[in-house]
Amino acid sequence: MQSSAIDSQLTVGYEKETESHSHGHPDHRMFGLVLFLISESMIFFGLFSGYMIYYSTLPEWPMDGIELELLLPSINSIILISSSFVMHKGQSCLKNNDVKGLQLWFGITALMGVIFLGGQLYEYAHTGFGLTDNLFTSCFYVLTGFHGLHVTLGLFFILAVLWRSRKENHYSANKHFGVEASELYWHFVDVVWIILFILVYLLPLQ
Amino acid sequence: MTTNIVSEKSQHKERKLRDYFTFNTDHKVIGIQYLVTSFLFYFIGGAFAEVVRTELATPDPDIVSPELYNQLFTLHGTIMIFLWIVPAGAAFANYLIPLMIGAEDMAFPRLNAVAFWLIPPGGVLLLSSFLVGAPQSGWTSYPPLSLMSGKWGEEIWIVSVLLLGTSSILGAINFATTILKMRIKDMDLHSMPLFCWAMLATSALILLSTPVLAGALILLSFDLIAGTSFFNPTGGGDPVVYQHLFWFYSHPAVYIMIMPFFGVISEVIPVHSRKPIFGYRAIAYSSLAISFLGLIVWAHHMFTSGTPGWLRMFFMATTMLIAVPTGIKVFSWCATLWGGKIELNSPMLFAMGFVSSFLIGGLTGVMVASVPFDIHVHDTYFIVGHFHYVLFGGSALALFSGFYHWFPKMTGKNYNEGLGQLHFILTFIGLNITFMPMHQLGLMGMNRRIALYDVQFQPLNLLSTAGAYVMAVSTLPFIINVIWSLTKGTQAERNPWRALTLEWQTASPPIIENFEEEPVLWSGPYDYGIDDEEQEEESVSDMLADVSAK
Amino acid sequence: MNIPGNIITLIAGILLTLISLWYGQNHGLMPIEASQGAAEVDDLFNLMMTIATGLFLIVQGVLVYSIFKFRRQKGDKTDGPGIEGNVPLEIVWTAIPTVIVFILALYSFEVYNNLGGLDSETSRDFPQEEMQMAENQNQGKMVAFNPHQGHLSLGIGNANADIEVDVNGIQYAWIFTYPDSGVVSGELHVPINKQIKLNMKAGDVIHAFWVPQLRLKQDVLPGRESTFAFNANRIGDYPIICAELCGAYHGGMKTTLHVESEEDYQKWIQENTFASAQEKADTMAMMTQPMTKESRLEMHSHHLGVNSETLAQLHH
Ligand code: HEA
Ligand code: HEA
Ligand code: CUA
Ligand SMILES: [Cu+2]
Repeated sequence: MQSSAIDSQLTVGYEKETESHSHGHPDHRMFGLVLFLISESMIFFGLFSGYMIYYSTLPEWPMDGIELELLLPSINSIILISSSFVMHKGQSCLKNNDVKGLQLWFGITALMGVIFLGGQLYEYAHTGFGLTDNLFTSCFYVLTGFHGLHVTLGLFFILAVLWRSRKENHYSANKHFGVEASELYWHFVDVVWIILFILVYLLPLQ
Repeated sequence: MTTNIVSEKSQHKERKLRDYFTFNTDHKVIGIQYLVTSFLFYFIGGAFAEVVRTELATPDPDIVSPELYNQLFTLHGTIMIFLWIVPAGAAFANYLIPLMIGAEDMAFPRLNAVAFWLIPPGGVLLLSSFLVGAPQSGWTSYPPLSLMSGKWGEEIWIVSVLLLGTSSILGAINFATTILKMRIKDMDLHSMPLFCWAMLATSALILLSTPVLAGALILLSFDLIAGTSFFNPTGGGDPVVYQHLFWFYSHPAVYIMIMPFFGVISEVIPVHSRKPIFGYRAIAYSSLAISFLGLIVWAHHMFTSGTPGWLRMFFMATTMLIAVPTGIKVFSWCATLWGGKIELNSPMLFAMGFVSSFLIGGLTGVMVASVPFDIHVHDTYFIVGHFHYVLFGGSALALFSGFYHWFPKMTGKNYNEGLGQLHFILTFIGLNITFMPMHQLGLMGMNRRIALYDVQFQPLNLLSTAGAYVMAVSTLPFIINVIWSLTKGTQAERNPWRALTLEWQTASPPIIENFEEEPVLWSGPYDYGIDDEEQEEESVSDMLADVSAK
Repeated sequence: MNIPGNIITLIAGILLTLISLWYGQNHGLMPIEASQGAAEVDDLFNLMMTIATGLFLIVQGVLVYSIFKFRRQKGDKTDGPGIEGNVPLEIVWTAIPTVIVFILALYSFEVYNNLGGLDSETSRDFPQEEMQMAENQNQGKMVAFNPHQGHLSLGIGNANADIEVDVNGIQYAWIFTYPDSGVVSGELHVPINKQIKLNMKAGDVIHAFWVPQLRLKQDVLPGRESTFAFNANRIGDYPIICAELCGAYHGGMKTTLHVESEEDYQKWIQENTFASAQEKADTMAMMTQPMTKESRLEMHSHHLGVNSETLAQLHH
């Protein structure tokens, strides 16, 4: 029994080989993605640590009387965080083979992502300070900008999934790596934002 | 059914030379690509080192200008680390991991090819910095100096290190996934070769530390190009923060550079002394311990930078503790040799040379971990001596050991034993003449990264330079050996060393998808001298126990 | 003759200990000791050398012995004994290094503490109110950190200094200012057996202040102050070396520490105090100016055996 299981695995592998490049083994892409995200989170870890050192050693933070507007970023945060739940609904739909549902919810997620980015840009335009004004403003732009870059990537990821989902049977209840991966990535970006929001917007308040 | 697949496999076409210059996804092709590329850069980095040594033969800066001198050692360090040792480790990992665990390829073959193809552009880019004025602030690139000495050279350095770092991360994802997920079904973690354990520990370190360097370099880039002042005191920034972020990566980097080669040594020694590796689990777990400890010792490079006193004490203690797991390995290798039937061929000579000179580097490492002593020798030639003993005496000798050991497997040709031994003798002598005097120089008061030094240091420097020339000569038998063996060498057998790990069970060189059929584990990786009869007895008694249980 | 194995081991062990102990004391690798602290560092180093020599001999001994004793005979295709481990042995070689490492760490701690590394002044966290910010220095925005401002503390020792000297490190020179007498100098003069404290700052990039004979080194950072305390107990001239890469002429950033008798020191101060304020300003201006090719060459000329006159001729 066992041996036949291996055989069929192998054959499946070889059939796949002809059309795609994946080899005769089960799909480990999710595992790889998780490793990648662990690694990515370390970049943010490094940047945040640097920020925290400045925060805790400099007598004034933010300096030069800078104050951040909180209303817009808070709304933005709510939009981004709730988009994670919206996105999850899309995946649940797919679990029931409902591709239309997937497209709907993923579409909304993408829209929320765009709104978030737009909000971010609006904020940049109205902060009243520039990248090189002082250490805090540099940190502010680089951290939020680097995160924004990740949101943009996540957005492209979602759009790619939407694009592919047009093809009949590209995604189904038991074959949807792209869907899961983009969702995991989006959640990751979300969690980073929460930490970033606390560090950059809320910490300086006290 | 099965036979069907097999015949299909063996029908695969032959490897062509052209494949090695393309975006090929076969892990063996990629392994060779890595190896050859890294050796090319070794010669370049080595040539820079020879210029550095020639300059240092006399106390005055007379061969090259001081600026050029700084560029040379900066690129020497960067190339040797990021373009030689690290990719060479990845070369062995790529070539060997799938073979050792009985897989057809890596988990993500295309990602693997991408990881490799980031290296040549990264390397060429780095060298191209000579056109605009190469970076001059050392491989550590400390601001504010790095912000002030040649903007574009520095930026090129940053971009190229970012490329190489990305390559290393992508590689690590592949290694870890492959080792954890793609072993043949009867190989559990404790029956896989120790090289795989070493790569697992290395990959973890790469994944956790390299991104932090990326973060630091991104910030440095902003300072350099956009005029921010994260690390620039003139705008309120803090150069010491850079040092923390840099060493958070670059200390683990030294273990990234040594652990794959610890793995190589654990493979070579048992085979050529015909004994099981002594203390398999201890060696495997000590790799993990080194990984873990390696993440919490970084500030030992900053004992004079203004780290608070109590923190220095913490980092001193954790650093010294690394001697324990490393010692376990060294002693276990010695115990493996003890009582064995040692064949003193090239791989074994290099392996024993490795143990001998790595030991010296390790012992000086523990000395410099001691804060009061390091305060004296930090940034002196004592440190240069320390790290060349661990890097050249350690990583590089082990690399050559592995190179000779797997040469028949990788190329299908036997190498010339005499030339191999000559290579070893010259290298070993040259290495000691070059790097041993550096310790005394440092203690007496010669600081590093200088093109002009006090006259009293000249005799020892001359000696060291002479040693460097011996090392340059030592590469000749190596190069001749490789060319001669590839063209005139005899066809290698499947398993010339009568080794037990899986890579020796397939043809030399291995066929395209590695094994004709899924290999079967019929012994542990190091079961030398474990009596077959004894084993039979064991299994008989097992069976009897089974029967009686029923 | 047949000597029992354990006797050989015993003899080897004794020999090993003796050689290590002897070499640990007599390696002669360190320069002269010019302070009590230096002597303590050397004692620590000697202990480490002793241990290292012992470990070195053991491991190299095993390797060399194995080469001769355990060589494979030609044509021998059999395997060695199938020994896969030995738990007691493994415990021993885990435990012994652990103990050694703990001893070294404690001893180092002790020495470092005696050097003043854990001085409460330098590693003290001051409350935020005491911090002062911004003191405009050259080109506008240089933020000067108060050394007491709870920022990562710097330096070794602080002790109650008899004499304090301000040190400024710039590419590629050291400038010493004696606040009490106003003397400015390119070399450091100190009296013997006095507690000296240097308050160090850098003007451009990171430098490091190193006197090998004191076994002390401390980075000097731009925008921050670090301190360096010592008590020299041996009259003589010792090199002051910049140990942190600071640019092309990093190797030339050297000067001398003169440890003198109290009288000589006073004499030197007297002689130099009369230097007019104008002259002082001139030296400062000259030393802080970006260097020209000539002045750089001049700095290194003592190696080449040329003086400034010949240099001047060369350039005209
Ligand atoms: C392959 C690379 C490699 C390896 C493996 C190591 C291994 C170690 N290194 Fe080294 N190191 C470098 C590469 C490496 N290093 C480089 C490149 C630099 C300079 C960077 C720069 O500034 O440019 C450096 C610098 C460096 C410093 C900073 C010095 C300074 O700038 O002031 C320190 C300080 O603690 C240090 C310590 C150690 C220690 C404790 C080990 C330990 O891991 C060693 C452990 C091994 C042993 C101890 C030997 C075997 C053990 C036994 C036989 C057991 C018994 C032993 C005892 C009880 C002592 N290293
Ligand atoms: C793996 C790492 C590695 C390796 C293998 C080496 C190998 C060598 N290194 Fe280096 N070294 C570093 C890593 C390494 N180094 C690092 C990280 C630094 C610090 C840089 C910094 O301060 O920022 C450093 C710094 C450094 C210095 C100090 C410079 C200074 O502080 O001023 C010196 C001085 O002697 C030196 C010498 C050598 C020599 C003689 C070799 C020899 O072993 C080299 C032997 C190799 C050859 C001899 C190659 C043979 C080839 C040819 C001769 C050319 C032939 C050409 C063709 C065939 C095309 N190295
Ligand atoms: Cu100043 Cu080196
Ligand atoms: Cu380190």
